[in-house]
Parts: sequence; C-alpha cells; structure tokens
Amino acid sequence: MFAYIIRRVVATIPVVLLVALFVFSLLYLAPGDPAAIIAGDQATPADVERIRASIGLDRPFVIRFADWLWQVLNGNLGVSIFTNLPVSHMIAQRIEPTVSLMLLTLVLSLSTAIPMGVIAAWKHGTIIDRLVMMTAVFGFSTPVFVVGYLLAFVFALYLDWLPVQGFTSISAGLVPFLRNLILPATALGLVYMALIARITRATMLDVLSQDYVRTAKAKGVGQRGMLFVHALKNAAVPIVTIVGIGFAALIGGAVVTESVFAIPGLGRLTVDAILRRDYPVIQGVVLMFSFVYVLVNLGVDLLYTLFDPRIRY
Amino acid sequence: MERRAFLKTAAGSAVAVTGGLSAPTIARAADSKVLRFVPQANLANLDPIWTTQYVVRNGALLIWDTLYGVNDQLVPQPQMVEGHEVTPDFKTWTFKLRSGLKFHDGEPVRSKDVVASIQRWMVRDATMGQVIKKRLDALEAVDDSTFRFRLNAPYPKMLFALGKSSTPCLFIMPERIAATDPFKQINEYVGSGPMRFMKDEWVPGAKASFNRFDGYSPRSEKANWMAGGKRVNFDRVEWQIIPDGATAAAALQNGEVDWWETPLPDLMPLLRKSPGVAVDIADPLGNIGALRLNHLHPPFNDVRARRALQIALSQADYMQAVVGSDDSLWKTVPGYFTPDTPLYSELGGEPLKGPRDYDLAKKLLAEAGYKGEPIILLVATDVAITKAQGDVTADLLKRIGMNVQYAALDWGTVGQRRAKKEPPAEGGWNIFHTWHAGADCVNPAPYIALNCSGETAWFGWPKSDLVQEKIGAWYDAPDLAAEKAAVAEINKAAMEHVVYLPTGFFKVNQAWRKNVSGVVKAPFPVFWDVTKT
Repeated sequence: MFAYIIRRVVATIPVVLLVALFVFSLLYLAPGDPAAIIAGDQATPADVERIRASIGLDRPFVIRFADWLWQVLNGNLGVSIFTNLPVSHMIAQRIEPTVSLMLLTLVLSLSTAIPMGVIAAWKHGTIIDRLVMMTAVFGFSTPVFVVGYLLAFVFALYLDWLPVQGFTSISAGLVPFLRNLILPATALGLVYMALIARITRATMLDVLSQDYVRTAKAKGVGQRGMLFVHALKNAAVPIVTIVGIGFAALIGGAVVTESVFAIPGLGRLTVDAILRRDYPVIQGVVLMFSFVYVLVNLGVDLLYTLFDPRIRY
Repeated sequence: MERRAFLKTAAGSAVAVTGGLSAPTIARAADSKVLRFVPQANLANLDPIWTTQYVVRNGALLIWDTLYGVNDQLVPQPQMVEGHEVTPDFKTWTFKLRSGLKFHDGEPVRSKDVVASIQRWMVRDATMGQVIKKRLDALEAVDDSTFRFRLNAPYPKMLFALGKSSTPCLFIMPERIAATDPFKQINEYVGSGPMRFMKDEWVPGAKASFNRFDGYSPRSEKANWMAGGKRVNFDRVEWQIIPDGATAAAALQNGEVDWWETPLPDLMPLLRKSPGVAVDIADPLGNIGALRLNHLHPPFNDVRARRALQIALSQADYMQAVVGSDDSLWKTVPGYFTPDTPLYSELGGEPLKGPRDYDLAKKLLAEAGYKGEPIILLVATDVAITKAQGDVTADLLKRIGMNVQYAALDWGTVGQRRAKKEPPAEGGWNIFHTWHAGADCVNPAPYIALNCSGETAWFGWPKSDLVQEKIGAWYDAPDLAAEKAAVAEINKAAMEHVVYLPTGFFKVNQAWRKNVSGVVKAPFPVFWDVTKT
C-alpha cells in the first residue's frame, strides 16, 4: 500500500507539469495585457511598452516558461505582477477561507445528501422519494449565485440573523466563524448535495435489490442496520467516486460563492488574477488546485479499500 | 441511544443554535473609531507613480502628502510647503517646506526627498511632469527645507502641476524609495500623510487597512479636497473590497460597511429607499464619455468620416444607456472640457447640437470613400459604462450604413488591443469606448486624450498641428482671461478635427450610512473631517 501511495504521488509530478505547460501556453495565447492595466487609462502607449519590458513580458515564450519552471522546481511560485508580493504568500493568505468553506460544504452536503438518498431509495416511489428528488432537481438547476442572493436576502437582510459577507477566522471563535460561513456553505453545498443524493439513491436502489439484502432481511436484520450497515457500505464505492469527481465542481462553485459573499479565498484570488492577467498568480493557483485535485483522487482510491476489502493495490 | 432520545437531543441542539443566531450579535461597523469603506476597485498595489489607476491614487492620498493640493475651486493651495517665490519670467521657482513634517518611519521630510520624488514623478507624468522636465536646467535641494527649479523656459502652471489631483499626482516619498526606477514598483509604503499603511494586514483583493499616523502635523486651515488640514477622526480606516455590487449594497444596508464609493446605478433606487443609507453625487466634476476613433486607418483617417459620426451621434442616447432614467445625473456636452468649470467652452460645438442628421452622415461617409468595409468596434463588456456606450454605437453605425463588427472583450483585452497600430483587418481596431474623469478635463494639462501629437498621442493617435499650437498657447497664458481664450480655441480646433467624440457628461453617486457625516463631493474620497457616531 505504502509503495502504491509513493508511486501515485510521484505520478502526479508529470500530470502537474503538463497542467503547468498547458496553463502557461493558454495564458501566452490569450489576449490581454497586464502592462496596460498597470499603466492605467491615462498612460501613453510608450509607457505601456516600458512597463511591459520592466515586468519581463517582452521576452520570448520559451525563456519565460523556462524561468518560471526553474523557479517552481526551486519551490518558488514567483511574484505577483501587480502586488509585488510572493505568490506563495498570497495563496497562504487565502487558504483558510477556501478550505473552511469547502470543508463545511462537504460536511453539510454529505450529512444531508446521504441520508436523503438512502431514505429516497428505501421509500422508493413514495411521496418522500419524490420530495427528495424534487429537492435534488432544485439543487441542480438553481445557480449558486441565485441561491446565495436568496439566502443573503432572507437570513441577513430580512431576518437579520447572519452577516451578508466576509470571513472570520476560526481563531476568533467557532460561532463567528460559522456565522460567516453558514450561508455560503449552504449555497455552494446545494448542488453538491443534489449530486450525491441522486447517486446515493440510484446506487442504493441497485444494492437493495441484491440477493444478500433479501437474505439479511430474511434473517431478521433490522431496517436501520440493513440500510446503513449492509446496503450503504456496499453502495459506498460509487458515492465516494462521485464525491471525488464533484470536488472539481466544488472548486468551480467556490469561485462564484466567494465573489457573492465577499470571502477572501482562493476562488476570488483566481478571478481577480485572471481579470488583471496576473500571470504568476494564475499559474500558481492553477498548479496548486491541480495538485490538490490529484491528491483528492488518490484519497478516493485509497478509500475504496476501506469500503471494499476486495480492492487491493 | 433510542430514536426518540436522539431526536430530542437534536431538536434541543437546533433550538440552542438558532437561539444563538437570533441574538443581535452581527458585527456592525459600530465602532466610531473605525471607518469601513468599499472602494471603487481592488487595491492591487500602492505605487501611485508606477500605476495611474484612480483607486491607487485614492489610497495614496492617505499615505503620502503633496507639496500643493487643489481645493474645490481647482486652485492649488500650499500643503507641505510654507510658501514659494517665483521670478517674474516664471523660470525660477523656489519653495520652502513647512517645519514639523515627518515620515511614518520618524525621519523628517527633507528637500532631498522632495527632489527625488519630483524626479521620479516627472518621468511618468506625460502631460505636466515631462513638460517641466524638458524645460529643466536644474532641480536642486538648496538646504534641508528649500528646493528650487531653474527652467530654461517659463512655466506659469507650476503650482497646478505640483498640486493636481489627476494621476499621477506628485506624492512626496523618502529619497530611498523615490530613487526606484519609475517603471518599477516600490516595495515600501512610507509617506508623511495622515495615515500609515498596514502592509502586514494587506490582503490584496480583499482588505487594506490604514492606521492613524500620530506624527502627522495638519495645516491650520480647514480641509478642502487635497488642501488644508487633513484631520482624520478615525484610528483606523479599513478598505473592504467587495467585487459584487449587490453584495456591497446589502452590506451597506445591513450596516456591515459605512461608505460605498461607487454604487451601481441600477441599485440606487434600492439604496435610496433604505432607511439607514444616504445617497448623493460623488464627484461634482463628473465624467465625460468618449468614443475614441483610430485616426491611422480608413475610414476614420479622413476627417469627413469622423464628422459623419459627429453629426449622427446623440449624446442623450448614450447618457440614458450609461446612467439610466435619472436625468439629474447627466447632460449633453458640446465640448471637450468639464462643464461648470472656469475654462469650459462650447466654441465649435455646433455639430453636436440640434437634430441628428443620418442622411448627411451617409453622404459624408461616401465622400470619404467608405464602401462597407468592416468597422471593428472594441467593447469592454465587463465594464458597465463601456458596454452601454458600445451598444449605442453599434446601433448608430448600423443606422448610418456602416458594417459594424462588435468585438465583445474584457477591459484587459481592450487595453491590449487598443495599443495596436496595425490595420483593423490585421488585429487592429476602428473604435473603442472609455470615459475621462471631469477632473482630468478641466484644462489641457492633465488632458492626455486631447493631445494631437500623432504617433506619441493617446490611443487613436490623432494628429493636428493646430490643436497642439492652441494647447501650447494655453501653457503660456499668463492669466485666467488668456487661459479661457486659449481653451475656447482648443475646443474649436479639436471639434473641427474630431479628435474624439464626447458622448455626454455624467455623474455617479456614492452612498454611506446615515451615522456617518462629513462626506463631501470630490473627484476622490475625502476621509478627513468625516465622523461616525
């Protein structure tokens, strides 16, 4: 197992390098000019040219990529064109809000979606099943920003229970931390919850029709034990797979959620960097996200062994 | 645990949680010593010489002080200087710094800091700094508190140059910082202004904080825009970047922020109805919308084609698209200079007045040899003002028989593409939209968009020796009457040449909580004399 983990971690290196090359090429080909943005609307074309040269954007693609790659291999993600701050520092500033948002979203959506999916499968064809599926369809079809604005209107402006925007570090206390995150996590979690609830229901329906479930019932296993111990464990592999795949959707959703709720996370950092063409920051963030995504999928693969002892690496 | 017991526990926990939530513990911006401000844009850096973005200038006004500062009459007043002497020929200017000026690191402000700051600024200020630099024989620190310009040609506009609010402003930095290459960004934000920048707390794109500088010694006069005693009544000013307009509006309504610099026009009715929110014009000098033409390539390299657009364009259409139905926020402007300012002129502005004439426009286009070639219209769709103008222009071009190709881009891409001098069919362009702050259009000095020097002019590269000659006459004008006459001639010549097309004059609002008082109308947010209860 340990050798497998090492192999998989080592295998991420070419993947991340390919992602790096792809992103670098894409940014090189994409239109837009950070020098023009830095110079501002009042600047002359000559000023824009001088700034472009001063930040090294007049150098050939190969040299720029080689320089950047060498920096990355030396553990240095470079310096933001705009802020003059190290990219690693800017990412470090933004990690806590994004990780907090994602973890709370995961907790909220898993803790609601799995029971919903199980119950929908158990009560297949009933009004409960239809209600659960309606909720899932609503979650799928309503954009994150719409849910976000609705939640902010009801719980912040109308009821005056929670703040509209911002982030409070957990170091300031659990309650203020949760007050700021509960609305964005709910908005972001809705689509994730819908996805997992549907997969759980479908997988559970399949499992519940298996012979061993009928045998368990015949042997007098209780309803709860049958559902959550025997059936759910056997349905876990596809659910865990979708949780891993859905992580990418979560990253994409975090970009929108962080903008709507003004959370100073990595999603907003990415959007700001793209709009300004802050190439080192875009490259650094994408590199980090791709690395995390690969690791999450490794984690998912390892979880398979927990739920299905037949799987060995 | 039994199921009933579990449900009881869960319900009890839920009640406890919601009970906690319903308590009125929202972190309001209630602390009267902290002002929470939402700026117009992200503060991505803080070098006001390296970049000319207004948001950076606005932040810099807290950190750095200026030698002179314009007041609400646009008259430069002494700020860091005690006074000056000038020879009758306007060639030798000697200034004395007032005593007690200190940088945030405790060092006194000396003439050598001023000289280094002026040297850096002169390189980057195309309209005034570079003009001074060309006329400069020497800029010297006479002693620790005296510095002197020795020029080889008169420069009567010196005080305006040293105190103007248009970017880049002349901010005074310590010599070691001001020695930085003007095209490279500074790393230290040490000034002698009323607030210190808290670099360690800075989260670019989210938050920037400024703490009061106890060593600041304000002037005795009442504050007036960039002039007078800059007394900040807060221990701390926090800039919160909220990119989404609806979220910023909700945060203001909910009391989570105190002051929003540029609310979106379509949210104004909502904010006006909010009981705790006050709304008013932000900048009395407003803005002038601009339709910028490429003078290098057909058809707009022919003045007849430019005039075709001039007589067909309806400023009312543009302004209603930009600011909506509130007619008090806009007016037509048959001229290039800021309305209601001393030098404003409408001389030569007739083509922009009266009924619009599409038939004559078509005739002029035909005379200019236009035969249906594609007209590349660059539109930054991520900026509401440029998007609205672009949509009106696309419709206008179709009405006068032009073959418009609407290039929907973001502002970053427009910024890159408008610098291309290649023909439109080879990646260049014919038209793009922007707008100019009224403060930059009060006279020809900060008005880079009116420059007609051809290859070195602003994007579109207009060339008119007559306009340049008239601008030169303004620089040498000895008094206000002569300045007015010169500006009227500039307006006439620029209208005839159709340097660019003004699409109208408009103002935007600002909004703040009603427990905040002292918010004034100015081209930049003025934090001094603002209080909060």
